[in-house]
Amino acid sequence: MMDGMSSSPAPHPVGMAKIPVSFRLNGAPTTIELAPWTTLLDALRNHMGLTGTKKGCDHGQCGACTVLVDGQRINACLTLAVMKEGADIRTVEGLAEHGHLHPVQDAFIEYDAFQCGYCTPGQICSAVGLIAEGHAHSAEEIREAMSGNICRCGAYPNIVEAVKHVIDAKAARRLEAAK
Amino acid sequence: MNRFDYVRATTVADALRAKASDSRSRFIAGGTNLLDLMKYDVERPTTVVDITHLPLTDIEDGPDGSLRIGALVSNSRLAYDARVQERFPLLSSAILAGASAQLRNAASTGGNLLQRTRCYYFYDTGTPCNKREPGTGCPAIEGVNRIHAILGTSDKCIATHPSDMCVALAALGATVRVEGPSGERSIAFADFHRLPGDTPQVESTLKPDEIIVSVDLPAADYGPHHTYLKLRDRQSYAFALVSVAAALKMDGGTVAEARIALGGVAHKPWRDESAEALLVGRAAGVDAFAAVADHILAPAVGRSENAFKIGLARKAIIRALSQAAAGTPQSQVDKRVQ
Ligand SMILES: Cc1cc2nc3c(=O)[nH]c(=O)nc-3n(C[C@H](O)[C@H](O)[C@H](O)COP(=O)(O)OP(=O)(O)OC[C@H]3O[C@@H](n4cnc5c(N)ncnc54)[C@H](O)[C@@H]3O)c2cc1C
Ligand code: SF4
Ligand code: FES
Ligand code: FES
Repeated sequence: MMDGMSSSPAPHPVGMAKIPVSFRLNGAPTTIELAPWTTLLDALRNHMGLTGTKKGCDHGQCGACTVLVDGQRINACLTLAVMKEGADIRTVEGLAEHGHLHPVQDAFIEYDAFQCGYCTPGQICSAVGLIAEGHAHSAEEIREAMSGNICRCGAYPNIVEAVKHVIDAKAARRLEAAK
Repeated sequence: MNRFDYVRATTVADALRAKASDSRSRFIAGGTNLLDLMKYDVERPTTVVDITHLPLTDIEDGPDGSLRIGALVSNSRLAYDARVQERFPLLSSAILAGASAQLRNAASTGGNLLQRTRCYYFYDTGTPCNKREPGTGCPAIEGVNRIHAILGTSDKCIATHPSDMCVALAALGATVRVEGPSGERSIAFADFHRLPGDTPQVESTLKPDEIIVSVDLPAADYGPHHTYLKLRDRQSYAFALVSVAAALKMDGGTVAEARIALGGVAHKPWRDESAEALLVGRAAGVDAFAAVADHILAPAVGRSENAFKIGLARKAIIRALSQAAAGTPQSQVDKRVQ
């Protein structure tokens, strides 16, 4: 699945060659050869077997494809995989650590923050990015900062509660530690 | 998406060379506009030059409180930069009014300036469009034009420039620094974007062999007297129907200096300096603000579906100037317009 490094590409007719790109994917150093027009989303889903990241609109309009690149949430459908040389990429498959779900994943289950689940990996990655950014605290701020993730099932109230729970718990832990 | 050659540039000179070697090449930064258009075959570059590894990622303090924003600074980093939040809150607010957190993380300063119109016909290669295929006509003029321009249009194109950030940059009097084969030059923000005229396919005064290296902001000192008011179909994650960037210097209840620019109404961010001059020395209040709105909108032309924008813009200008005068900028979280 994940090919090794190839020799540098020979001169070629427009767009015929695959080119190698190396990045960390869910913590593991990875090199793969891809046609340059492969989006990061298609690379993950079609070339690397990671189908957790979803394709909703393929045009930046729904957030289902949200992944974390160097800790920042972006839409995987609107970036090329070959541009990610040297990057640190995390998808929903890479959030759990040592057999434990990420706190945001736990909260989504606890608060029943999904129905069909199609938007959920994007919502979860987006929430992880949002929490790291540290700008949103109130429910209102969370709603605005999560507005790039559409949920056709309308699970919004529970999504906001789940995210707020993680943010509040983190703040409480910080307070506790300061005591 | 069509096939293309990919070049990863690491220096500006590299990028310029790669761009020049193929007349159908495009730079890619965040990719959030270029790739969207490539998926619709509206853009079909034969070479894509990746400029994300260029060293244009700094926000630097310049002399006298000015700020130099590298072309590759992301929209979110710019919006949350402490200096921008403190000294240029109007810019921060306009950026946060646009797109989504994910898009702002990817989108670059240079790419935001050069994003293309959201006109439906421009996106649909099955229809004519003077901007996409010069000479084929403009179906929007007699067609679906609810989101289209009311100011500065031509009989060739009535598209709008969709950026929020650029409306604030226009109001703040930014300068765009570009580099080409013959060196560097600076373009005043008002001269950067073009009106459609007879060549709607030419959207800016940046030459095909040039690259944006930075956007420079002169010092600004409007204190709390600013606002970015954006009106749209959804409260979040939607382009402006009409937006207003306003900044005032107040001398008690009198306007000492005014900046006002509109988004969603023209082929470029619409700053009207004659309207700004009208305000100077006048008592802040609805009468003065209505006179300014009427002055700005006097040349406005509505079409079958967008005439409502004239009335909407009038109210938005009055409200935005009222917010700026009162020192109560529009929140980009609580969207109620106070
Ligand atoms: C669903 C959706 C909603 C959106 N909503 C909003 C909104 O509400 N408000 C808003 O303002 N914007 C909105 N946007 C647009 C977004 O802000 C732009 O797509 C983004 O700013 C473009 O930046 P980029 O770096 O991704 O550009 P790219 O896609 O990388 O490039 C755009 C163009 O600029 C050129 N370019 C890029 N950098 C340079 C440079 N340094 N020198 C010369 N040429 C360069 C490229 O060649 C290309 O032609 C939205 C986009 C999407 C997809
Ligand atoms: S308004 Fe401009 S972009 Fe839209 S169809 Fe007419 S020419 Fe094309
Ligand atoms: S699939 Fe990327 S935003 Fe919808
Ligand atoms: S849970 Fe079905 S789309 Fe969100």
